[in-house]
This record gives sequence, C-alpha cells and structure tokens, in this order.
Amino acid sequence: MSVRTLPLVFINLGGEMIYILDQRLRASNTSDDNSEKVMNDIVGTMFSKAFIDELLKPQQLYSHRTLKTVLTRLAHASIMRLNPASMERLYELMVMAFKYQVFLCPRPKDLLLISYNHIDTIREFVKDTPVVVNQVDETHRKIIEVYSSLSEGEFQLLRQTLLIFFQDMHVRVSLFLKNQVQRPTGRFALSTSGPVPHGIEVPGLIRTCNSKGREVRRSEFPTGGSYSSPVREGCFELHGDRVTRLGRNMYTLSHPEETRTSKAPSVKTSDAPNLLAKEELNLLARLMGSMKAENKTKVEAGFQINLFTTDQEEEEAGAEDSMSGVINIQAMQDEQAATELARIAGQFTEQEEPENPYCNKGDDLLAMMDDL
Amino acid sequence: MYHKEKSIQTKNSASALYNNLGVLRIAPRRLTYFAVVHANVVNMVSASWDGLDYSHRQLQSKEPNVATSTSLVTQAAFCVLPSRDLLVVTSQKGIQIYESDGSIMVYWHALETPDTPTDKAVFARGISAVWESYICVGVSSGSILVFDVPSKGSNITLSEVLEEHTESITDMASECSGSQECIADLVSADDGGNLCVWKSGEEFQLLNKIHGFDMSCSSVKLWKGTVVAGYGTGQIRLYEAVTGILHAEVNAHARWIYSLDIAPFSGLLLSAAEDSLVRVWHLNLTPESNSVEVAHLHNECVTDTQICGAKFCDSDGYAFAVTGYDLSEIIRYTQS
Repeated sequence: MSVRTLPLVFINLGGEMIYILDQRLRASNTSDDNSEKVMNDIVGTMFSKAFIDELLKPQQLYSHRTLKTVLTRLAHASIMRLNPASMERLYELMVMAFKYQVFLCPRPKDLLLISYNHIDTIREFVKDTPVVVNQVDETHRKIIEVYSSLSEGEFQLLRQTLLIFFQDMHVRVSLFLKNQVQRPTGRFALSTSGPVPHGIEVPGLIRTCNSKGREVRRSEFPTGGSYSSPVREGCFELHGDRVTRLGRNMYTLSHPEETRTSKAPSVKTSDAPNLLAKEELNLLARLMGSMKAENKTKVEAGFQINLFTTDQEEEEAGAEDSMSGVINIQAMQDEQAATELARIAGQFTEQEEPENPYCNKGDDLLAMMDDL
Repeated sequence: MYHKEKSIQTKNSASALYNNLGVLRIAPRRLTYFAVVHANVVNMVSASWDGLDYSHRQLQSKEPNVATSTSLVTQAAFCVLPSRDLLVVTSQKGIQIYESDGSIMVYWHALETPDTPTDKAVFARGISAVWESYICVGVSSGSILVFDVPSKGSNITLSEVLEEHTESITDMASECSGSQECIADLVSADDGGNLCVWKSGEEFQLLNKIHGFDMSCSSVKLWKGTVVAGYGTGQIRLYEAVTGILHAEVNAHARWIYSLDIAPFSGLLLSAAEDSLVRVWHLNLTPESNSVEVAHLHNECVTDTQICGAKFCDSDGYAFAVTGYDLSEIIRYTQS
C-alpha cells in the first residue's frame, strides 16, 4: 500500500544487520582493522547515493525474497562471507527485531525516531571514516526532507504496510525472551500500563457538553490499565535525543548466544517460492545495479563469519534450511527484465569468480541467487 | 457484563487495518457471516447459531494481470440494502462486489492508476451502504464513489463521484437507527480527521463539514443524527451531524482507535484500539435537551494484541466479535 516503505525498511533492517554483525565480529575476536573495514564497506554501500536514491523513489514494498537478496548483497559488499544458513538466521533476527520495533512504536510517526536511532548508531560505527560519515549524514538529511511532510495517517499506512509484511512471523529470539519482550509463543508483550505516547491524553475522562457545545460535566471511567502522562517528545533533527529506546543497539552488552533463534511451535513461515512479479524483478535489478562494487579489494583475506556458537548448531542450521532457491522461470518471460538481470548477474560473476558456468540467461540468475 | 465464548478459528491471521471485521446476521437461516482481511485475501466464515457448523471461504483480491504485484485488500464490509445484501471488498487495484456469501462476484471497478508511480499510495477504503440503493466507497485521493445498486443482478453503475475530502478516506457510515426522520444519511471520514455529512439521492448533498485536528479519524458511525468518531489520539468524539456541535469527548484509549460499532436498538457503543482493549459504552440521547450522555459499561483486554476489528453481532449488542493483528481467530463475547 504505502509507497514510502523501502528507505525505512533498509535503514532499519540494515541497521539491525550491522548491530548483529558488530556483535559477532567482537565475539569472534576479529581484528579491529578487519572489523572497521567490514563496517565501512557495508555502511558505505548501504548509504551510497545511488542506492538511497533508488530506495527513495515511490514504490511498493515487495517480497521477503527480494529483500533478502539485496541485504545479502549488502553484507557481501565487505570482505566477510556468510553461508546461506547464516544469512537465513541473520534475516530472521533482523526482521524480528524490526517487527518488534514497529509493533511497539508508540505513534506511527515514531517510526522515524526508530530509524534515526539506527542511523545514529551506524554513524558511531564509522565515525573514523569521514567519507562514510558524510554519506550517512546526506542520507539522513534526505530522509528528513522526504518524511517530514507525511501526515500521521500516512505514517500509520506505512506502519500497517510493514505489519502486513511481518505478519505471521513468530521466530523466538533468545535475547527478547530473556528480556521478556517476547512470550514463549513468539508474540510480543504489549503492556497496558506506562506513559501514553506524546500527544495522546491519558485515558479515563468523559467530557459532556450542553446543546451549545460547551463542556458542562466531567466523569471518569476505569481503564483496566495504569497509564501515566507522556514523556517528552524525541528529536526529529539530524542530531538529538530520540528518547525512545526502540532502534537502539540491543546487542552491546549481551552474550553471543543471545542471537539464537528458534521457530515458534507449529507455525509455518511461508517462504513459498512464487512468481517474482515483473515490477519486483525490475526493482531488484535497479537496487542491485545501484550498489557499487567499490572497495572490492582483491584481498583473499575474506573471512567467514559464524553466527552460531557451536559447530553442531551450524550443521543443524544447514539441515533446517529448506533450499527454496527455485525461482519460477515463467516470471522472466519479460525479455527486458531478463536481459537486465542477466547483465547484472554477469557483473557479479565477473568479480566473484563463477564457480558454476551456466549457458543460458535464466540459469545465470539462479546461479547468482544460489551463490549468495 | 460479557463473558468470552468459544473463538472461531480462521484460515489466516488478521491484518493491521482499520475496521477489519465484517459481520452479517442472517436470521432466517440462523447463520452469521464474518469477513476478515489478511493481506490480499478475505477470509469468510459462516457460523451457525447453534455453534455446530462452520464453513470457510477465501476471496482473492482481483489483479488485472499476473505480471503485476499482488494487490493488498484494505477492507471487506457487508452492505445491507432493502433488497439485497452484498459484500464489498476494497483493495489497491479497485472495488469488488460479491453476493453476501462470497460465492459470485457481481461487479468490479478498477481504480485509475497513473502510468508513472505517484508519491502517494493509491487504494480504495471506506465502505457503506446508503439509503436506499447506494453503496459508497472511498478512495485514497479523498474521492467518494457512489454506486447505484439494482435490486438484483449485476447492473451496478457508478452514479456520482463526490469530491469534498482532500485526504485519504478512512471510513464511512450510514445512519443505522432505521429512523426515517434523520436528515443525514451518510458520514465520511478522512486521514486529517475531517468529517463530511451527506444526504443521499440522485445527487448527494453535502450537509455539513466538521473539520479535524490533523489527526486521522479511523472509524466513524452515524446514529440518530449523531456522528461517533474514533481518532488516532485514542479519543472518541460525538457530534451532532448537521450542526457539528460537539456533544461529548472521551479519552477512551491509550493508542490509535481501529474500530467503532453501534448496536442501534440499545445504543451500545463498542470501541477497540491498538492498546489491546475493547470497551463497551452506552449512549443516551435526550432529544429535549439535545445532549448525549456517554456511560462506560465494560472493558475486555485481549492480551498482547493490537485489535483491528470489533463489531456487534446483533442490533441489541447482545454479542460482539473481535479480531487482532496476527491472530488467527475471531474472538466472541456474549452478555452474561
């Protein structure tokens, strides 16, 4: 529905990805140099002008498949490599974190504050590299410019679009379970107490007016909760106190095992392969195309990142991962889209040394997806 | 006052959309139909009153061709006209009208989509049957499409387009008291909280415009000439429709209100919000003093759930049903 979701989706999901990668890099004692390089590469690619400009074009929010593809490509903009199982787990973590933030967002407009929390933390990660900081600042300014004029109703439509996107995902995250923000069923805890959002009146009052519309009586009713006055409003400028904790890095002090996820019992996550609509293929092509492959040093010192604490878990993850990498070729009957994608796939295979030479255009795309 | 009954399981969960529950009571067959939106699908359940028979049906939103992305449904509502009952489904692509059991689609109206994407979303939302043979549907541009519905058959025609709102229509409601004396037939609400009050006819007439406070009015009802409106601030306001005089204001909820409903015979009001609470109120109109009193009667908390639909199942308000985001059930409550 909303045509303004993509920039916020990438900033927030990308932000969560960066938080998790940072935590894993620290946990695996990666050198400071390597860590910084990974961060700079990923942030630099994510906040590149071409990529952000593509995102800012009004367009629909497409499927998880497309998002996952682009985010994987983002992660691989660095010298780090993630196997498909790791990427799957990473994606689940990212999405559940963002779902939590969107679900609990006090007012629809606070989606911006959540995004700004992500941007603020990202800025910290790359603060020693002025070029990348500039890119982050530029993006932040563009976001402020584009979103300042949206009404609360439009923000709520944006939020509703995101909630539909996250619907039925109940992956349990050990960090959330431990902090009791998530129940064992996978659902998030919703409190009926605490401060009301800024701009909302504390419930409990009925004001009655006379026939002229002038207030004549006030009465109270039991609310079934215990609400209090709102806290101060967060800052929507480039720098400032966002007030809300949603969107801040939850992984700073946690232990590695808290990035563990498990599917909630008896819930199917529908990752059914389906037609990638023509428009969606076009978006994917444009986004992939806009990510510059700069900083791709020929260093063979690329390293694997382990998202799991034990080898056994790593194996289990591999087994669980249902390789749903089959894309219905019918979707590519549009010559133009197919050609464009093949061209982009060609770009990638050039740089990443194709392991499996294929002979026709459709298979190139599949190969590209499989290699991720 | 109310106790929880056995829930009805649905094929999938409800989406976070305003007014996401349609209820149609079919007394002669001792059945109630429910309609809940999930992404691009409408889940319909037909429930027998003895609680023994449930049948399910799913309606897909219509896509002009397979190559474009799926079209999300924004609302599904039953429209009760003197001659027939219909189910109206609004989506990003247009408006589908079905027979009330969802068996046959009788009409399709495609929304004009611009060739190049605009920076505003395009969709239809806000559905109401209006005396005597009209179905009105709102559009994201603020337009209201008025369809003329024959007593049977599929010869539904677009009669008029009302251009008064400039922001997206959120909800619409017609006078539900059954009284012929009311002047106003229809109220429409938009994302800016603006309310328009109309008289139906070959040409609809704008009777009054009540300006909003830059806060979305997500749900609206019209009863005995009183507009009852729910807002993103969690407030409910009652206005006299034709004059716009404020009768009452309630700080009802701590989060965005998603659904309001009125039981016309008893004057019971139901409000539901993202704060996980459903509240039952009583509206007491005293025509002599031209005032309305609002009394709070009951609360129900649906734990950890942002409620998206709440409707009475009958005109007395003896029972009501609730849907919530990510919940795959229709929760029912009955008076004790």
